[in-house]
Amino acid sequence: MDGFVRVPVREQDPKVRATNFGEVCLGYNKEEAESEAQRCLNCKNPKCVQGCPVSINIPAFIQQVKEGNVEGAYQIISQSSALPAVCGRVCPQESQCEGQCVRGIKGDAVSIGKLERYVADTAREMGIKPEGSKEKNGKKVAVIGSGPSGLTCAGDLAKMGYDVTIFEALHEAGGVLVYGIPEFRLPKDAVVKKEIENVKSLGVKLETDVVIGKSVKIDELMEKEGFEAVFIGSGAGLPRFMNIPGEQAMGVFSANEFLTRSNLMKAFSEDSRTPIMRPKKCVVVGGGNVAMDAARTALRLGAEVHVVYRRGEEELPARKEEVGHAKEEGIIFDLLTNPVEIHADENGWVTGITCIRMELGEPDESGRRSPVEVPGSEFEIECDAVIMSLGTSPNPLISSTTEGLEINRRKCIVAQEENGQTSKPGVFAGGDAVTGAATVILAMGAGKAAAKGIDEYLSNK
Amino acid sequence: MFKILEANELATNIFQMVVEAPRVAQACLPGQFLIIRVDNEGERIPLTICDYDREKGTVEIVVQAIGAETFALSKLKAGDSLADVVGPLGRPSDLCEESIEELKKKKIVFIAGGVGTAPVYPQAKWLKEHGVDCDVIIGAKTKDLVILEDRFKAVCNLHITTDDGSYGRSGMVTKALQDLWDEGNKYDHCVAIGPMIMMKFVCKLTQELGIPTVVSMNPIMVDGTGMCGACRLTVGGEVKFACVDGPEFDGHKVDFDQAMNRMRLYKTEEGRLLLKAQEGDTHHGGCGNCN
Repeated sequence: MDGFVRVPVREQDPKVRATNFGEVCLGYNKEEAESEAQRCLNCKNPKCVQGCPVSINIPAFIQQVKEGNVEGAYQIISQSSALPAVCGRVCPQESQCEGQCVRGIKGDAVSIGKLERYVADTAREMGIKPEGSKEKNGKKVAVIGSGPSGLTCAGDLAKMGYDVTIFEALHEAGGVLVYGIPEFRLPKDAVVKKEIENVKSLGVKLETDVVIGKSVKIDELMEKEGFEAVFIGSGAGLPRFMNIPGEQAMGVFSANEFLTRSNLMKAFSEDSRTPIMRPKKCVVVGGGNVAMDAARTALRLGAEVHVVYRRGEEELPARKEEVGHAKEEGIIFDLLTNPVEIHADENGWVTGITCIRMELGEPDESGRRSPVEVPGSEFEIECDAVIMSLGTSPNPLISSTTEGLEINRRKCIVAQEENGQTSKPGVFAGGDAVTGAATVILAMGAGKAAAKGIDEYLSNK
Repeated sequence: MFKILEANELATNIFQMVVEAPRVAQACLPGQFLIIRVDNEGERIPLTICDYDREKGTVEIVVQAIGAETFALSKLKAGDSLADVVGPLGRPSDLCEESIEELKKKKIVFIAGGVGTAPVYPQAKWLKEHGVDCDVIIGAKTKDLVILEDRFKAVCNLHITTDDGSYGRSGMVTKALQDLWDEGNKYDHCVAIGPMIMMKFVCKLTQELGIPTVVSMNPIMVDGTGMCGACRLTVGGEVKFACVDGPEFDGHKVDFDQAMNRMRLYKTEEGRLLLKAQEGDTHHGGCGNCN
């Protein structure tokens, strides 16, 4: 290895993995990890740390990997991150830590994500747990939602000595990590459950089946149940549809529904008691990471899958790695294409979708070139299922039941970026509930900032 | 785990259960629903709340065993537990938000069909507790399928009708409503809860009679908190989510044909699972319906 090229990571063969739900990426073994760790220059002014939303001391943990000290590496990471095995798998490292790596100027950046994953996975196999706080301060904090932001906030607060309870609306903890991201990218039992157990091992309590705003309101938590501060990490919310004709036909799903059935309810397995449609030919509308997850899930359930996206390849919001994996597995991309109408047979089942070709016009306010319809270019794609993956709009369950909680024009909760403070004293928020749909690591960064904000607030109270 | 305190068969395949669920019992209002899971591998089943006791921290559910999950639920006894009970979900009935004085001026009729009788009960009881009278029409196929009769009698003016005429009036609920109307009961407000086909025809009649009508929709759901969109309906030309915007809607605006069609989405898969559950080891497929 000449130092310019990273140690390649082993993956399941595309043809094989297209037919199973096993993990795509197999990760580094000891030799590979230690060899890749040698490539880290241990910069005095590490840019990678600045690129990390939770500021993991990256060079320090990589030095420990170099020396074969996995436990040391793990404890360094877990000072900053509650979910290293998750982040090592789903973070967009190429635009964060690895995007800043000096090695990347000439050659490949150090494979930080894969090293993080190696450390977290090996530590788990060795039974190493994160170090908790020695002293408890007895102050109660409620965390709403057990997704990435909630778990991070809860873990950090527990380490500071707070008495933390997480309230989760679903029957299982993990938020998007269990209902959204598929098994083949993020194994549930082996990885997600274990990381959540680690957070619980810090003393965090978890109450599932509680819908805040319905089962109990934030004001009641603070006034009647003795919580001195609340963190809202309730996630993104209601799926968007296109409002085109035929969208209520049978065989049209939101990506959220399709993925929740497969991931949370395990409908991909023949043994599951929750049904899922196994389409023959499926059109997925949208170009984000969720669209890729839905497309690759449909493929594994046996479908020929077309991703229909109104802009071009360059504009696909999904991670390059995900798009690459999807293509390798045989997913067909119909780019610069937009749905116009969904067709159904006399019984109401989807038979096809009419699309129109698009071309890119001038850049819009987001800086992306906005797509314009090409007149008369309509054509039909035959299919028996359509999955809409167009993002979400905020869930009003909490904002509509909490007095004095300010929301913005997009109905997201307003919270200060540096400490998560909302307009309501003692109430903090972060993650998708504040930003709209974003990434796991950004939500974790917000959870971390809020934990600090809550600590400052309660220390000065 | 949520402990089952009582479990009874009210009628053939219709079961009533009282379950410990303190948070739901504390917060729920008439019109809302909950979601249960029988065990850790179970499907999430949305069920309406039939009654609640805030002091004891219990909720009462009534369920008809029609699919694999409800069949498994019906086998549970007092002392067993449910893996999950979450709620209350959905918006409370509009009646709970109106002023009592306004309600007292109205002549209200509830139309309850089959197992839909259960969610009508807390509404009638709530009105009674607030000093408001109402009429309730319970419709059932036959005498043996009439449920909760004595409890209804204590809170409303009860009219029972059976399809086969074996008890009470004879005929469908729409006939009973028309007859009551013709007998001089000029209702100002109607709430219909039951099978979608019943609600559709009640709405057709009340539109003719000019009675504003609320229906409680029970489409397919997964999470029940607004996340998945499986329960979407068209109401007055707009897409609504039954779980967060409902479950109650203006019945004259609901697209029932579409909603009924969407209910068929997983019919075959569910049927297979039910056969497997009922027939146990004797189920080997081969009948052409299963693979």
